[in-house]
Amino acid sequence: MHFTINGQRHEADVDLRTSLLDLCREHLGLTGSKKGCDHGQCGACTMLVNGRRINACLSLAVMHQDDEIVTIEGLGQVGNLHPLQDAFVRHDGYQCGYCTPGQICSAVGMLDEQKKGWPSYVSESLTDSELTDAEISERMSGNICRCAAYPNIVDAIREVAGKGDRQPVLEAAKEIGA
Amino acid sequence: MFEKIFGAGDTNSLTMNKPHPDSLLDTGVQGVISRPIDRVDGPLKVSGTATYAAEYQLDGLAHGVLVGSTVGKGRIVSVDADAVLGMPGVIDVVTDFDTFLRNAQQGGETTAPTQGVRDVDYFGEIVAIVLAESFEEARAAAYALPIEYEKKEGQYAFQAHRTEGETPPDSVTPAKFTQGDIDQAMRDAAVTVDVTYVTPSQNSAAMEPHASIAVWNDDALTLYGAYQMPTSDAQQLAKSLGVSDKKVRIIARYIGGGFGSKLGIAPESVAAAVAAKKLGRPVKAVMARGQVFDATVRRSNTEQHMRLATDRNGRLTAIGHDSLTSNLPGEDYFEPVGIGTHLAYAGENRSITHQLVPLNLTLSGSMRAPGEAVGMIGLECAMDELAEKLGMDPIELRRINDPAVDPEKDVPFSSRALTQSLDKGAELFGWNKRNAMPGQRREGEWLIGMGVASAVRGNQLQQSAAGIEIRPDGTATVASAMTDIGTGSYTILAQIASEILGIPLDKITMKLGDTIDPPAAGSGGSWGAASAGSAVYLAAEQARKKLAAAMGVEEAELTLKDGYAIGDNRQVPIGELVGSGIEVTGEIKPGSQEKQTTQASFGCHFAEVGVNAVTGEVRVRRMLGVFAAGRVLNAKTARSQCLGGMTFGIGAALTEDLIHDQRTGKLVNRDLAEYHLPVNADVPQLEVHFIDERDIHANPIHAKGIGELGISGAAPAVVNAIYNACGVRVRDMPITCDKLLAGLPPM
Repeated sequence: MHFTINGQRHEADVDLRTSLLDLCREHLGLTGSKKGCDHGQCGACTMLVNGRRINACLSLAVMHQDDEIVTIEGLGQVGNLHPLQDAFVRHDGYQCGYCTPGQICSAVGMLDEQKKGWPSYVSESLTDSELTDAEISERMSGNICRCAAYPNIVDAIREVAGKGDRQPVLEAAKEIGA
Repeated sequence: MFEKIFGAGDTNSLTMNKPHPDSLLDTGVQGVISRPIDRVDGPLKVSGTATYAAEYQLDGLAHGVLVGSTVGKGRIVSVDADAVLGMPGVIDVVTDFDTFLRNAQQGGETTAPTQGVRDVDYFGEIVAIVLAESFEEARAAAYALPIEYEKKEGQYAFQAHRTEGETPPDSVTPAKFTQGDIDQAMRDAAVTVDVTYVTPSQNSAAMEPHASIAVWNDDALTLYGAYQMPTSDAQQLAKSLGVSDKKVRIIARYIGGGFGSKLGIAPESVAAAVAAKKLGRPVKAVMARGQVFDATVRRSNTEQHMRLATDRNGRLTAIGHDSLTSNLPGEDYFEPVGIGTHLAYAGENRSITHQLVPLNLTLSGSMRAPGEAVGMIGLECAMDELAEKLGMDPIELRRINDPAVDPEKDVPFSSRALTQSLDKGAELFGWNKRNAMPGQRREGEWLIGMGVASAVRGNQLQQSAAGIEIRPDGTATVASAMTDIGTGSYTILAQIASEILGIPLDKITMKLGDTIDPPAAGSGGSWGAASAGSAVYLAAEQARKKLAAAMGVEEAELTLKDGYAIGDNRQVPIGELVGSGIEVTGEIKPGSQEKQTTQASFGCHFAEVGVNAVTGEVRVRRMLGVFAAGRVLNAKTARSQCLGGMTFGIGAALTEDLIHDQRTGKLVNRDLAEYHLPVNADVPQLEVHFIDERDIHANPIHAKGIGELGISGAAPAVVNAIYNACGVRVRDMPITCDKLLAGLPPM
């Protein structure tokens, strides 16, 4: 079979049971997408398929022959980071880094959903939602971060979405004269 | 590199037998220490190019899928490998009843954990590994593998066996400590609290499941593992396999979180190593999420009998913290529930004891802040109850019982900013707006309340070494078998080296997580930054001496900045002073300072919650922590550590609860949909504040652990806020809606 991942064509002879996640991790050497639970519960495997975020561990590779797949490796690279990748670094939107590729892919998909007017559980309106912190938190709650960088993840996404920058770390640094 | 790890001349060794009042971090002029520098490994992590244990690409790799027992107690009668060997792609089924690990090892041990799996002692114990050419083939065969068990009677229900507890051997804290006469003090007191708090078993649930790739080269093993303490883990692994320590190398460059669960080796490591040896090819064994829950480590459930007594003015005359916890039969690790209570408050008469109940459940071991994380729930909630009985503000009660010296040992604290942090937090949080009477503040359906709790975490220094190489081009490498499990080690160690050596951060290469480099204690007990950081400090100090000598100036006259050595009216590139390059090693050892002073970090948490008057749902609306942990090495990563700890506290207070089937010992909620970790929407914009501090008794960098301080006291602040919001005092964690509903005030 052939797959288009990050704009590149890949050939792979996969098992019917192979998930899209394992296709990338075990067959194509694209280990940026992480396996945290293999049950669609943690979001570490989040990729963009035809522009939409999905849990790649819950999708079989054979379903994606003609799809445009983007993984974290395709969003940006060291020296050429995607704005969200860069914001995650500056806002410390991670610690161990294991959920991070999924968080960032999820954030890309999420911002697009919100832009298209899709509502969330906390939206006041079904057709027109403002990207508040509560909206970001709600829409990012499919991506678990046990290190709990959540406040920083929200800061990073808010900044990239042009909804205001907060730098709470500067206050903390000031307290210790740094 | 670094062949002469402990050789003379190029090694700078320090044992902390005396205070270390001067620090090169205060005199350095590079200006990077403490600053909120972005993580040096950040770009790799956000681009998916940091390599975690399961991600090494090796030729000829066989995929292993682990098989867990389906009985809680029993004996294996047969493993019918032949039944699956014909399945597509299957290479082998490997069991080794003597060598496989019954359970994971505790952190820092240098011996093998309990081995042998013919007799099964808990549900999900790893008993076999199935090897195939692909993951899918191995998984299918693992599911199909017939294993026959002779079932035996196990002990699964804590309530049924709670009276069978025994006093275990002392550990990091005494199992049994008494001072004075607590019973008499309780009888004589003006005001007392005598209550029992209960906390459930919990799981660290690091996002990266435990994973090992084992590769043998003749009789030497390389294991790519997800381990927090590679130096001692390699020793554990060697002992488990019956090979020399020198024959085992562990590589753990990136670890997807640990929180205690990856301190000691877990069963997948030995299974992978045994299988790789048998097959003569590399074997990868990655635990499924359910196996991480079943067969690594849990934090023990606890039952905590709290007794507090005061005079009329609120001065504590007695503190009792007597706990029951559980572990596998034959294991003597106990959750050190009372460890924080020893040094939290004054009070003459004390009883701080621990009893261990044997249960056939997953090994209990360290999870973030073993002891304080759950022990402070008992202590700080009981203090809240006491304050109410006294009619006293909870902060005032803590202030008047803040001891001037260690209340048990009559030695000074190395530093102690408890009251200072409470005062600072109270002001920043707006504590004066709290209504002491519960249930008074209401916004629509929501009852709003505030709570406070102290944070205490014992400080530890562990023997660690690090090497620094400076090359003629002015670049440097810092290497140590220390790890970065998300804590920021890569970054803060680079900052320490950069500050002292005046070498810009972008010219420093960090090399961590490999046992071929100088041995280190790794990441655990919040000692990593201080221990490995001191080792890097000492190596840098040694390199600085050499640079001064090469410059021909006194050390005190030497300034190192931006890659240049400056002194004697000369400015020389550092690279020109090192000849063909220099290699130095630093080594720190704990000494008598930890006996001459009581060392801990302190702080506090404030929480504001809403309790839904209709449903009992709890939402954390605001939370603020103030922390004093010596020098903060990087404001950004330190703050993130505190955010993480505070969020663990939210989980402990509200959602996290391992539930075992009382008949079989099977863990019912062994996945991330049913074991409820806090998600983004559960966590508000937490506030973290620091108190600027130096601890000259702790180590030459004057820093103390911070990763576990952030969890200590976090849960009880939330619990106390719930009480203040709605007037329902729940003493059984986590506080789920059902426990509040019956007691909620009428609408």
